Amino acid sequence: MKILVPIQLVPDLVEELVIAQDGKRLDLDATRWIISEFDDHAIEQAILLKEKIGGEVTVIAPDFEGTEDVLYQALAKGADQVVKLSGDFQSELNTHALARLVVHYLQTKSERPDLILTGVQANSSLDGSLGPLLAAYLDLPFVDCVAQTEIEDQKITVRKEYPGGLTADWSVALPVVLGIQAANTPPRYVPISKMRLAMKTGSIATEEVGELDLSGAVDSTRMYTPEADQRAQMIDGDVDQVAEKLVALFKELGVL
Amino acid sequence: MSQDIYVFIEHVCGKTLDISYMMLAQAQQLAAASGGEVVAILLGHNVAGLASDLGADTVWYVDHPELEDFIWANSLAVLEALLARQSPRLVLFGDTTIGSGLASGLSARLGLPLVGYCRQVFPNGGHFHYISQICGGKMLVEGALPDSTALIAMIPGAFRIEQGKSDEKHSATPVPLDGLDEILARNAQKYIFKGYTEPAAGDVDITREKILVSVGRGIQSEDNLSLAQDLADALEGAVSGSRPIIDQSWLPTSRLVGKSGKTVKPKVYLALGISGAPEHTEAITGADAIIAVNTDPSAPIFNLAKYGVQLDLLDLLPVLTDRVRAEK
Repeated sequence: MKILVPIQLVPDLVEELVIAQDGKRLDLDATRWIISEFDDHAIEQAILLKEKIGGEVTVIAPDFEGTEDVLYQALAKGADQVVKLSGDFQSELNTHALARLVVHYLQTKSERPDLILTGVQANSSLDGSLGPLLAAYLDLPFVDCVAQTEIEDQKITVRKEYPGGLTADWSVALPVVLGIQAANTPPRYVPISKMRLAMKTGSIATEEVGELDLSGAVDSTRMYTPEADQRAQMIDGDVDQVAEKLVALFKELGVL
Repeated sequence: MSQDIYVFIEHVCGKTLDISYMMLAQAQQLAAASGGEVVAILLGHNVAGLASDLGADTVWYVDHPELEDFIWANSLAVLEALLARQSPRLVLFGDTTIGSGLASGLSARLGLPLVGYCRQVFPNGGHFHYISQICGGKMLVEGALPDSTALIAMIPGAFRIEQGKSDEKHSATPVPLDGLDEILARNAQKYIFKGYTEPAAGDVDITREKILVSVGRGIQSEDNLSLAQDLADALEGAVSGSRPIIDQSWLPTSRLVGKSGKTVKPKVYLALGISGAPEHTEAITGADAIIAVNTDPSAPIFNLAKYGVQLDLLDLLPVLTDRVRAEK
């Protein structure tokens, strides 16, 4: 079983987000890039499947600040190969362009993966999701929002989530692309010793990419932080003072 | 190209999903500006009745047994065939577990531009502009849509459900599927439906609780959940959580508040360490009062909450719980 996990780096939302001078996009240099949490689940699911039935997991990512750490981490978790797509992404890499790069990468390989796992969404993608774009370009079946994945006899059984907590189970023929919402178990923790070992013994393959085809997205003219219609009334003070005020508020709201 | 606005109607288990009505409300506004019509596109099997309350000028209905349960490849094939013959101004999808993947797939197949996480489209000087909410709701992006056909994946927020409903009792206009039988049958062989599972009732029905102590990533570890549980017990409420907490298996799915979980309307919703991504906030707007506790002053949750506290919830919770207990 060959599993490909194309991943994306997204802005770390815990850090302050800085808008670039042109006022249209994020300042890429001032942004801390981390693996999209759903891609982290996709890697975990790939490793879980490999541990169950064997096979080979390849993780592929565009070269951003932080990509190498993410790829070494994937190696430490159990990925067999990690690939960095190297190119000039500073101008902007959108999801359509990334999907085309992954398709191009696959076209240069003699073997196609049986399974492509991608995170269900990326928080900064304005032009759709990687999974369905790949499935449409490669003419493969696709299931989105997958929260559980089992495999038996060349058939994958997945649990797809719908709004409101409803789920549906589907058995899907391979090869298939899955948009992973959650792995069967949470992404594993990588001890620093394993990470060091991966950095020492593992290697990252680099694939140079040509010119980007950004079509499929729509240009932005302005990026800004939301101006709230209403802003929360802040309850100030130290922990004791705030606790006292909240108790008074609970009483006022009729819940205490 | 026509000036019509198409809306892909989402439905599951015979019920139209709320996002469909919200999109129809958006489409009505845009069609009034463009001079086109609102066309609802309904795919399924034996669901013509769903057309009746849709706020559209026309409801096109494609009925086929292979469209009974949502199969991405089949809905994609039908839409692809439909849009190969028609060129509307816009096609609206929900940025949901159904519509999001379809919009992306269609964009790839037909080479049409796509805007996701879209909160609103509005007319501006003869063109349409979009506003999208990205980075977990922390940033808004605005731009002009091309004057050719574009695809939009919409998030809830700007329109109400009632605005997209109609009392006129529409009937569905059947659309023949010329030549698609084979494709649908072939796709269906690749997807075998095993069945739906209703959301687990769980130990607690969070949609009925008056007080929800809801935790997000700020709770940091599973061990800290007991702090939230203590406060919920003291307030006679229940603990719920946002997506990352459920994905870590720290709380069962029955406690999930958000897009793929429950929509809740408690008297008090305590959002502890929840940043306020649109996928979460769309499910809590019906709460009487939202009290948000977060160390990040720029967390979008403060734009929705009625009251805010900028403190570390791990410091606040034990003290608050003691105070609440002392009141009883």
